Amino acid sequence: MRGMYAVFKRELKAYLFSPIAYVVMTIFLVISGYIFYSNLAIFSIISFQAIQQPQFASGLNVSEGVVRPLFGDMGIILVFMAPLLTMRLFAEERKSGTMELLLTFPLRDMEIILGKFFAALVIYLLMVAATAVYPILLLVFGEPELGPLIAGYLGLILMGAAFLALGTWASSLTENQIVAAVIAFGMLLLFWIIGWATSLAPPLLRQILPHVSIIEHYGNFSKGVIATHDLLYYLLFIGFFLFANQIGLESRKWRGRV
Amino acid sequence: MIEVEGLTKFYGPVRAIEDVTFRVEKGEIVGFLGPNGAGKTTTMRILACFMPPTQGRAVVAGYDVLEQPLEVRRRVGYLPENVPLYPDMTVTGYLQFVAEVKGVPRRLRKQKIEEVLEACGATEMAGRLISRLSKGYRQRVGLCQALLNDPEVLILDEPTIGLDPRQIIEIRQLIKDLGAQRTIILSTHILPEVSMTCQRVIIINEGRIVAVDTPGNLQAGLQKGAQLVLQVRGPAEAVERELRRVAGVVEVRRQEARGDGVCSFVVECDRGAEVQEELAAAVVRNQWGLRELRATGLTLEDVFIRLVTHEAHEEEAAA
Repeated sequence: MRGMYAVFKRELKAYLFSPIAYVVMTIFLVISGYIFYSNLAIFSIISFQAIQQPQFASGLNVSEGVVRPLFGDMGIILVFMAPLLTMRLFAEERKSGTMELLLTFPLRDMEIILGKFFAALVIYLLMVAATAVYPILLLVFGEPELGPLIAGYLGLILMGAAFLALGTWASSLTENQIVAAVIAFGMLLLFWIIGWATSLAPPLLRQILPHVSIIEHYGNFSKGVIATHDLLYYLLFIGFFLFANQIGLESRKWRGRV
Repeated sequence: MIEVEGLTKFYGPVRAIEDVTFRVEKGEIVGFLGPNGAGKTTTMRILACFMPPTQGRAVVAGYDVLEQPLEVRRRVGYLPENVPLYPDMTVTGYLQFVAEVKGVPRRLRKQKIEEVLEACGATEMAGRLISRLSKGYRQRVGLCQALLNDPEVLILDEPTIGLDPRQIIEIRQLIKDLGAQRTIILSTHILPEVSMTCQRVIIINEGRIVAVDTPGNLQAGLQKGAQLVLQVRGPAEAVERELRRVAGVVEVRRQEARGDGVCSFVVECDRGAEVQEELAAAVVRNQWGLRELRATGLTLEDVFIRLVTHEAHEEEAAA
């Protein structure tokens, strides 16, 4: 635990001293801000029309009209951004050789992996915390439902953590950061679109595929539903990739290719 | 302190070391000597618990590297060959991180860091970014890092590589000082380093141990007899032929001739054979000019080259 905390602190400092975290955060906030603005603008135009034509007013609410699409779009931006946050975690250490010293310190492999993963997670949480401006604005000027907001954030955090776990694993596969980012991005995209094949798949797969898709579970959260199987999906996803990371590390040690 | 038995490591189909067996006693400084690619780094990496061996057993500071790697790592300080440090950290920041990882109690950390900086002569660099350090100071910070947990065993992979001569002397002295309380195993391919710092030498070549002994014994043991250096003015080939004919001479090696017809020879002869007078007589008989005749010992360099090339010849013969 002590070792994990030390690795975590070092990693966090490394993030704060390198430009990449700032760039990723800025771009994420700019794009999500733009999406929030345009969603809200469209929503208010529709609302004004609804005042004149009351038949449109049914089913019009801020949660469905602004909050839900916002969470959906933030998820998509994350697919692009999360690999950039995690790509250097292991790849850089492998390239510069510092991995050799790190692995001969009295640390368990899992302490190293978790330390790095949590550092990325903290940066990610900072980024997500900054987006709280949008719902706060909504709360000040309107009356959005709190449930979907909270559930949406829980979903966003869980899904982001899952992305980071996969990205951390991808980073340990190579000493090239770009390759690590591309692998993570490709895998995330695959997990994102895997549900699309549902209608073509044979019956058994048709039942399984939607549950494998990373977006399927996210959708429930932004509707305001916190279901056990969705929670479990993300926790298992995170656990799986952290574990895969440890196995990979161990195996590379035996082969002498760290 | 270090017990290695039948250690073998394969990288895929490639054999890096085979059946390496040796012991290092407490308080010894042992030099690991071998040409590049001989398996020094592989052996040290196994001892530092960086990677497990394919076969064999290694016990460091009382713990098996395979079964209790964490216990071994707690008691070992390791300095890898290229001194991989984080360039974006300051020296103190980095040492703080290492101290924490190595479990130095919080209240002792600051003092401990000052101590190792002082011991390695890097105190004045404490606030510097590691990326701005010179090679010599990087090496020192690497040593600091290895010393932070008060290790019983120090494993140093090529600790003087890439340093300038003055720094080499300083680092060697430092290693000697550290060796007063610790067991040290260091690898090098620079021969004088071994005779200067180490009490014992392990010579390794192509993954196998070729010899283990003190530098002195190695030099004496391999020497079949005395070695003489002659400088003679005369026709080189004829001189060589004539010298070989002297009774007791085992081997004559001709160095390159100087322009003025003077040529030097290295003559090896049987132990105990007194050939100086015979050699002188042979030269005078042929009316060549005898410029120099003196006895020398084998240098460690000669021993090393002989051990390493000898091995290669045998393998060729076997193939």
